[in-house]
Amino acid sequence: MENNSSVQSKLYTRKVPILWWMHRWVDIRFITRELTSIFVATYAVIFLFYIRSVSQGAEAFAEFSEKLSSPLLIGFHVFALAALLYHSITWFNLAPKAMVIKIGETKIPGLLIALMNYAGWIFISIVIGWLILNS
Amino acid sequence: MTDSIKLEVSRYRPEQESEPVFQSYEVPLRKDWVILDALNYIKDYVDGTLSFRWSCRMGVCGSCGMMVNGTPVLTCATFLEKFAPGPIRVEPLANFPVSRDLIIEMSDFMNKLKSVKPWIIRKEEKPVEEGEYLQTPSQLDDYKQYSMCINCMLCYSACPVYGLEPAFTGPAAIALAQRYNLDNRDKGQSQRMEALSTDEGIWQCTFVGECSAVCPKSVDPAGAIQRYKVAATEDWWKSVLMPWGKGK
Amino acid sequence: MKKHTEPFWWSLFGAGGVLSAFFLPVLLFLTGIAFPLGWLEGPSHEHLQSLIQPLISRLLLFGIITFSMFHWAHRFRFTLEDGLQLKRYDSLISVACYGSAILVMLFTGYSLWNF
Repeated sequence: MENNSSVQSKLYTRKVPILWWMHRWVDIRFITRELTSIFVATYAVIFLFYIRSVSQGAEAFAEFSEKLSSPLLIGFHVFALAALLYHSITWFNLAPKAMVIKIGETKIPGLLIALMNYAGWIFISIVIGWLILNS
Repeated sequence: MTDSIKLEVSRYRPEQESEPVFQSYEVPLRKDWVILDALNYIKDYVDGTLSFRWSCRMGVCGSCGMMVNGTPVLTCATFLEKFAPGPIRVEPLANFPVSRDLIIEMSDFMNKLKSVKPWIIRKEEKPVEEGEYLQTPSQLDDYKQYSMCINCMLCYSACPVYGLEPAFTGPAAIALAQRYNLDNRDKGQSQRMEALSTDEGIWQCTFVGECSAVCPKSVDPAGAIQRYKVAATEDWWKSVLMPWGKGK
Repeated sequence: MKKHTEPFWWSLFGAGGVLSAFFLPVLLFLTGIAFPLGWLEGPSHEHLQSLIQPLISRLLLFGIITFSMFHWAHRFRFTLEDGLQLKRYDSLISVACYGSAILVMLFTGYSLWNF
């Protein structure tokens, strides 16, 4: 096939719009999934300050807990929880794609790997909850 | 008078226009017709100047990929009825330069494909007297899915990253690299690793997953890429932590 | 091959994705919603101190917070570059993202060391 330069120069290249992800639901869901990382980071930092307040003494801890009770922060945490859940669910659903595990000759079905992840998630959450609540 | 449906087809004739325009055609809305049938009807009876690629018309050659209402599909496998009452917008595959009408310039994909060395690589071929290479059904199963790729490039059109980063190797090429990497007869993993584990190679991929969603052959290139990321990462850590490593 | 650092950042992203997916939801629910709203009785200061004090706890907390930050850094870098087509500023964005994560890591290490 010839590489005719006059044909080449007339090729039309379509531009990708800057906000390309706003046009289809699939892309909006994708960007939403990616943006959950902002809430991961924000809560990680809040949690760090929570730990620091424990380190600084009973009064500091009480003060910090007081701040956490403000409607604004509770509202933020509700929204952030939704984001974190979306992160966890999409993560566990996609994880099996990255690792294909075989026992001998048999491939472990992706669904099973995902279910094991969910089971682990529930287990860890129960353990953490128990540790914190069980004075 | 049978029902008809309108197709809005992207036209681009470099000799007469500087950018694509849409041209509308009424075609019969027949129950058993696919988009490709409609295009051939147009070419045969309405407008012989319409240009498009097609071949097998049964979903195995990968020639007839186009955007239909914004989604990349094989036009030989997409029924008109699905879009009734229409109109149906038909455009060339996204993320590729348009050559003419519905025909795209695909040499970038061909080059990417070549760059992953999609063939069995061995240091030494077994002499014929020693017989065939043996492969169990389980070993075949390891790569079979990735061998189903028909190079239709729908995945490249669906991939937002390929649209933004032309240097990205892309779904099909990486899936085909895996087809050979995972084949027990192949010894070329490290050669392909050099081409692929570059910043443009696989690392632009953000696992959008649209490639696998549009693939007409269920190749799951997204899965192939994630597995390759894991392999490339293991390789990288080995080279950092154990630089004396094994020779090739 | 070693010149390509992407696998390194991707490893951190992956570890962070796992740790944040497993640990953060329950922690956020308790500390940010259930305790402040009084749905569940919050832990006493002493109890939290005793939970966090052991070295293994502090190591785990360091891991959770640090890797979550690197998860965000890598993902956000690509989101900015793909979502707003800012790939040409990759060096700047990378420094800002990974740099922030490193700063938080250092601060977290310091805070937990002196717990």
